Parts: sequence; C-alpha cells; structure tokens
Amino acid sequence: MEFGIVELSRLQFAVTVMFHFLFVPLTLGLSILVAIMETVYVMTNRPIWRQMTKFWGMLFGINFALGVATGITMEFQFGMNWSYYSHYVGDIFGAPLAIEGLMAFFLEATFVGLFFFGWDKLSKVAHLVVAWLVAIGSNFSALWILIANGWMQNPVGAEFNPMTMRMEMTNFFEVLFNEVAQAKFVHTVSAGYVTASVFVIGVSAWYLLRSRHIELARRSLTVAAAFGLASAFSVVLLGDESGYSATHSQKMKLAAIEAMWETHDAPAPFNLVGFPDQEARETHYAIEIPWAMGLIGTRSLTTEIPGINDLVATAEDRIRSGVIAYDALVEIRETREATDPAILAQFEEHSADLGFAFLLKRYVDDPRDATEEQIIQASNDTVPQVWPLFWAFRIMVGLGFGFIATMAYFFYRASFKGMDFPRPALHLAVWMIPAPWIAAELGWFVAEYGRQPWTVDGVLPTAMSVSALSMTEVALTLAGFVIFYTILFIVEMGLMLKYIRKGPYEDVEATEAWNKRHTDRLSGRRNADAITRPDATPAE
Amino acid sequence: MILHDLMSYELLRVIWWGLLGVLLIGFALTDGFDMGVGALLPFVAKTDVERRVAINTIGPVWEGNQVWFILGGGAIFAAWPPLYALSFSGFYLAMFVVLAAFIVRPVAFKYRSKREDPRWRATWDWALFASGAVPALLFGVAVGNVIQGVPFHFTDDLMPIYEGAWYMKFIGLLDPFSILAGLVSLSMLVMHGSAWLTLKAEGNVQTRARAIGSIAALVAVGTYVLAGLWLAVGVDGFATVGELVTDGPSNPLHSEVARTSSWLSAYADRPWIAIAPIMGIAGGLLTFLGLRAGREVSTLLVSKMAILGVISSVGLTMFPFIMPSSSDPQSSLTVWNSSSSHLTLFVMLVATVIFMPIILMYTAWVYKVLWGKVTEDDVTDKSSSLY
Repeated sequence: MEFGIVELSRLQFAVTVMFHFLFVPLTLGLSILVAIMETVYVMTNRPIWRQMTKFWGMLFGINFALGVATGITMEFQFGMNWSYYSHYVGDIFGAPLAIEGLMAFFLEATFVGLFFFGWDKLSKVAHLVVAWLVAIGSNFSALWILIANGWMQNPVGAEFNPMTMRMEMTNFFEVLFNEVAQAKFVHTVSAGYVTASVFVIGVSAWYLLRSRHIELARRSLTVAAAFGLASAFSVVLLGDESGYSATHSQKMKLAAIEAMWETHDAPAPFNLVGFPDQEARETHYAIEIPWAMGLIGTRSLTTEIPGINDLVATAEDRIRSGVIAYDALVEIRETREATDPAILAQFEEHSADLGFAFLLKRYVDDPRDATEEQIIQASNDTVPQVWPLFWAFRIMVGLGFGFIATMAYFFYRASFKGMDFPRPALHLAVWMIPAPWIAAELGWFVAEYGRQPWTVDGVLPTAMSVSALSMTEVALTLAGFVIFYTILFIVEMGLMLKYIRKGPYEDVEATEAWNKRHTDRLSGRRNADAITRPDATPAE
Repeated sequence: MILHDLMSYELLRVIWWGLLGVLLIGFALTDGFDMGVGALLPFVAKTDVERRVAINTIGPVWEGNQVWFILGGGAIFAAWPPLYALSFSGFYLAMFVVLAAFIVRPVAFKYRSKREDPRWRATWDWALFASGAVPALLFGVAVGNVIQGVPFHFTDDLMPIYEGAWYMKFIGLLDPFSILAGLVSLSMLVMHGSAWLTLKAEGNVQTRARAIGSIAALVAVGTYVLAGLWLAVGVDGFATVGELVTDGPSNPLHSEVARTSSWLSAYADRPWIAIAPIMGIAGGLLTFLGLRAGREVSTLLVSKMAILGVISSVGLTMFPFIMPSSSDPQSSLTVWNSSSSHLTLFVMLVATVIFMPIILMYTAWVYKVLWGKVTEDDVTDKSSSLY
C-alpha cells in the first residue's frame, strides 16, 4: 500500500484519538465513583468518606485536565485534516457534536471548577449536587459523541442531496435513536466504569500491600468492586448487543472480525481461535464452536450471516449501480433545477450506491471511466485486513471476561470475608491496572479499523474524506502532536504517581475538625472559625 | 418532521448567523479575560504568591469559559459545514498553533502549583503567558484575513481548496492589515483581562493591572480606529451580484459575487449598524476611564461592551459574507450559500433554545458562588484547595 496523504492523516487521527481515549474512560468512571463516595459521606457524615472523595477527586482532576485538552484536538481534527468529510456529512455529524457542547460539556466544565474550589463555599448537599453534575455531564458527553460515531457506522436518518453535494439530515430522531449508537454508548460508558473500578482497586491494593491508608483503601476497594462487577457484566452484554446490531448494519465488519470467508449454513459456528489468511481467503487451524456465531449474530438458528466472499460480490454490484448514480449526478450538477425528470429518476434509483462509486476515485478521477479490473479491485477494497481485527476482538473479549471474574472475586471477599484480601490477589490487582485501557483501545480499533475503507459506512470512502493538504503540513502537525503528547503524558504520569505515593493528605481528625469549622462557617459563626484555622484541611 | 417548516430557511439562516456571533462574543467575553490574564501574568505578578493570586482569579472558571470555544467549533460544524471545512483546513498551521495553546493551557493551570520547584512553576507560567497571548493575537489576524478575502475555491465536488504553498498558509496570513487586526484583538483582550484582575485581585496585582490595562484600552481604541480608516481607503470589499436567492440549496458555486471599492458602503445601506463601532470605541474609552478611576464592576461591564461592539461591527459590516474568496470571489461563503439544511438548522435551534438559558443560569450561579476577591491570604492558606 502506498503511503500518502490519506494514510498520514489516518495515522494522525489514530494517534490523537487513541491518546485522547487514555483519559476518557477514567473520567467517565471515576466521576461516578467519586460522586458515589461523596453521597455516602453526605448520608453518613463519616469523615473517612470525605477523605476518599477528595483523594480520588484529586486523581480525577489530574486525569480530567488531559482528557479536556486532548478532546479539543478531536473537534479541530475533522475540519483540519478531514475537510471533505466535514463538508459531506457536517449536516448530520456536526449536530451531535454541537449538542454535546451545549448539553454536556458546558455542564461538566462549569461545575468541575466548583467541585475543586467550592468545598469551603458550598453546603455539603450543594457540593454533592455539583459532584453529580460533573459525573452526569461527563457521561452525557459520551452519549452525544457516540451518537455521532454511531452514525458513521450506521448512517440512518439522512440522504444525499445532489444540489449541495452532501448528505443531509432527514430525520433527527433516527440519528438520535440509532440502535448502533445506543448499544455503543452503554458499552463504552460501562467500559469506562470498569476502567475506573480496576484503577481504584489497583491503587487501593497497592496501599494495602504496604499497609498504608488501610481504612481508605478497604472502603474504596469495596465500592469499586461492587460498581465494577455490575459494569463488567454490562460491558460484555452490551458488547454482545453491538455485535447483534452489526449483523444488519455492518456485515463486512462482522464477517472480518469472525474471519468468516464463506457464507455458512445457519446457524454459523464461531471461530474461537485460528489464523486468518487474507490472500487465500481462509482461516487455518480454526477451533470452532458450533452454532455460536449464528446465535450471537442473529439470535436465531435459521438466519444466515453472509461471508466475506458474498459481501464482495454484493459490493461489486453496488459499485456498478453507483456509477449509474454518479452519471446522473454529473448531469444534475450541470442542469440544476432544469434537470430532466428521467435523469432525476435514474439518480433516485441508484443514489443509495453513490458512495460505492466513490471507491473508484482512488483509481480514476471519473468513476465512469473505470475499467473492469478497477471495479474488481475496488470491490476487494471493501474487505478490511482481517487478522488484526480477528485478534484484537478476541483479546478484548478475553479481557472482558477476565474483568467479570476479578470483580466477582473482590466483591465476594469484600462482602462475605470482611474485606480481607489475600496478598496474591492484591498483587494481581496492581498488575491489572493497564488491562482495561488495553481492552478499550482494542475495542475502538475493532470498531474503526473494521469500518475501513469507509469513514461513513457505505456512504463516503476514507480516501475521499481528507483535506487538500501537503504531506509536509500533516507530517509537521503529526510530529508536533507526538512530541507534545509525549511530554504531557510523562508530566501527567509523574503527577499521578507522585500523588498516589503521597496518598490522601489528611487524617480523619483533621477532616472532623474541618467538618466542624465548615458547619460553623455556613451557619455564620465566623469568630470561632478564625481562631481554629491554622490546622490543615487538604490542599490540592 | 414537518415542524421545521414553521420557520423559513431564510430566517433560520439569519438566526444562525446571529448565533455564530453570539458564540464568538460569548467566547471573547468569558475566555477573553482568561487569555488576557495569561498574557498579563508575567507583567502584573512578580512573586510566586502574586502569580498564584492572578491564576486563581480565573482558576475555577476558565474551564467553563473554554467551552465557549469548543461549542463555537461544534456550532460552526453543525450550522456552517463549508465554513468549518474551509477555515480549519485553510488556516491549517495557524489552527495548529491555536490548538497547541488550548492544549497547554488546561494542563498548565492544573499542574503549575502541584510542585514547589521554582523552575517547574516558571515553565508553566511561561506556557500560560504564551497560551493566552498567542491565540489572542491569532484570532485577530484570522479576522483580518477574512475581511480582506482568503485565497480559496471549491471544486465541482465542493472540495474546498486553499491556494498557495503550505507555508504561505501561515506566513501569508501575516500581512500588515491582518497584523493590525491581531493587535486590536490582543490589546482588547489584555484590556479585558486587566478589568477582570481589577475586580478580582487587590494590592500590587491590581495596581499593575490597572496601569497596563489603561494603556491597552487606548491601544485597542487606536488600532481599531486605524483599522477602520484602512478599511475605508485600502481594502476592497465584496458584494453579491444578480438575483439573490436566500432560501436555495447551500452551494457556494450557485451564487455570483463581485469586488467593490470598500466594505464600508454597508454603512450607507444600513446606517443603524454604526451603533456597533460606536459601542466599541466608547466601550474602550470608558474602560480606560474606569481603570484610571479604580471602578471595578462597571469597568468590567464597559470592557464587555467594547468587545461586543468590536466583534459585531465586523460581522455587521460584512453581512451577508462570512468568508469571501480573494482568488475566486464566486466561491465566497455567504449566509445564503453555506449553511446546513433547513431541518438541521431547526433542530440545532431547538437545542440551543432549550440549553442556552440553562447554561447561562448555572454559569451565573457559579460566578455568584465564587464572587469576591482572591487574596494573598487565600493562596498562602494551606487549607485552601486553590491552584
């Protein structure tokens, strides 16, 4: 494969988005865990819970800063590097991004400042409300982003307008309630909850192993195990739901994940492991579980799932149909409102396949000039590289089941064994900290790499989506991002580790003293307060 | 969805043109003082305690303020997709620099005071300065370029193409008029930042902010008037030609555009828009007087008025143009040829009407909770949770 502007832009997108998603899942989950801890504090008034809230809240803050910073890049990136994409689908794709800003990001960003700065200015309940608003804002943010992303996977509620040369929204509610988006949303936020739970369990386990902050660590571990167990179930179940919806929206992705070259009689078996061979279009040494694929993909024993070879044949037909649409489109562009109704009818009939004609633009400027070989080549292009998808998916699923097992174990020890955790389990918990990040990145890889060669499935090819930029420009900014992000990553890891090592600042007595002062202050008895002030409540 | 037919496409386009202005102004009014404080940091605050005072005046609010910028980007994407596609890819390297500033800033805020090491803090202080001053300058430079027209055209597929060698996309932006426009925006935001510091700080920081701010206010007014005179004599304008279709499909290739001798002919056609530059100039002068007299709340308000006037004067003068093309005027983006579809504009308007008042309400509440000065005692008091 030639390495050109398309590949370079994809590399840049991959680098920046995967880096962004190092911070997102922890933000999603930790915001909720912190709000839960503060809820317990407000309900029980026990200082240890306030200490926990402030400690995990501080780690949340360090992580949040980079999540926000790297998120801005994503919003710029579409316009900067993918300007044709932005023009072509902005009418639909832009809306959820803008609503995300209105409904979610404003909420979390406005209140996150108050969460850190408002301890002394707000009543306990008001501060708790602020903590929940931050958590709700973060999670709503994910909802809108995944509605946007879900539309790229399953472009519903829109149609092509030849007069404006772009996709336009026809039904907002179809975009909103896109089944792919909904399944992805719950799957993704659950993954975030698992990430935060594994993080909290891991850090707490590290304290327990060193016999530090035992009270805080045990309680944190218990909360995280309960929350994490529910989330781990949810992440696997909703992952299954995603697979089910992919059966009708993204058949090629599903077949590629499964390395299913030929259509199999229903119900199809599931390849547990094997070695996919793209050239020969077969999978060597496959270990199959009979019926499993048919059941997961169609929830029936009689529905067929098409294999890759059949899907390529379909793509070829659609490319030929798309060329007819393209031919009509050129005519419509010339004649505009005065277009012959016959041409319009021709366009209407084939317009759903227009995107497939664009696949030919990699080889010829005008798809109508494409040769037979080019059409065959373009239809073969619709098959993504199978082996990376096949393995990435299996590792992700394996980790998912691993999380369920771990969470169940810690939940059991916390609930029925009096929060007594054996040392090997604690060691395991520390070593497991990176695992949810690996699973999340692999999940995104499967979703996005599996969508190739499209940016919007069946509508717009990736090769056509890029900006008219020079290699130099994109290489410069890519180098800039890599250097920049590396520095930020080192700084953030350094701070994270520093503050974890340092542990929660205050002891329980200090919190109790603060508690008293705080109540006094809010009830207006400021004089007593001024005298007892010198002792410490935690600095950030 | 038939509801959206209740509002004409034409009206929705004008509303969204207005909302584009509201978002830009919202950004300049809120995040503007954050950038101003960043640009002022090395000059108003000499010691570490003073720096922490200055930083903590914006500490709890900068994050929410920055969302105006992100929301602005999202709204341009949703409501004006061709503008988003063209401006972000056309001003590629300049956008990257702005982006770099906006990435560094959150991190600098959060991380600066997390270590005692003076070198660590000095580095982040420098980062805060650059991430405030550089975008403040570049936003003005970008506006200066837009006023003069930008060299681009659209292909038949409506692919936006920015003409010229890649480095010209950055160096080429820095022509004398655009640099002047950059100075307007930089001095205006420094003025705004000073007004904010005057309200939120006391002692040395406040005194220095007032001194620098009053100079910045005069520079802002001076450069703004100069740019206006330059527009009158040295910059060609644009005008639509032929029958104007205001509710047609959003296709920049469907309209005709010609060059005119000056943008300022708009003031002959629509004299009432003169209110915008008058507000800009009067606001700047009042801010100067307010800073001199040591007024706090009212100075911030007149500084806001100045920004409101200056930014809206640009939009009102250029209407209906949003981004004219200097090399192929035909491709120019106007209110009538570069919006989203009728339905999308309507859906977005509904979302805005629901959420914008809520946002304004809770933002106001947060500012109310945080009302009052940030003192040196606040930041040196170990019990506080400040930066």
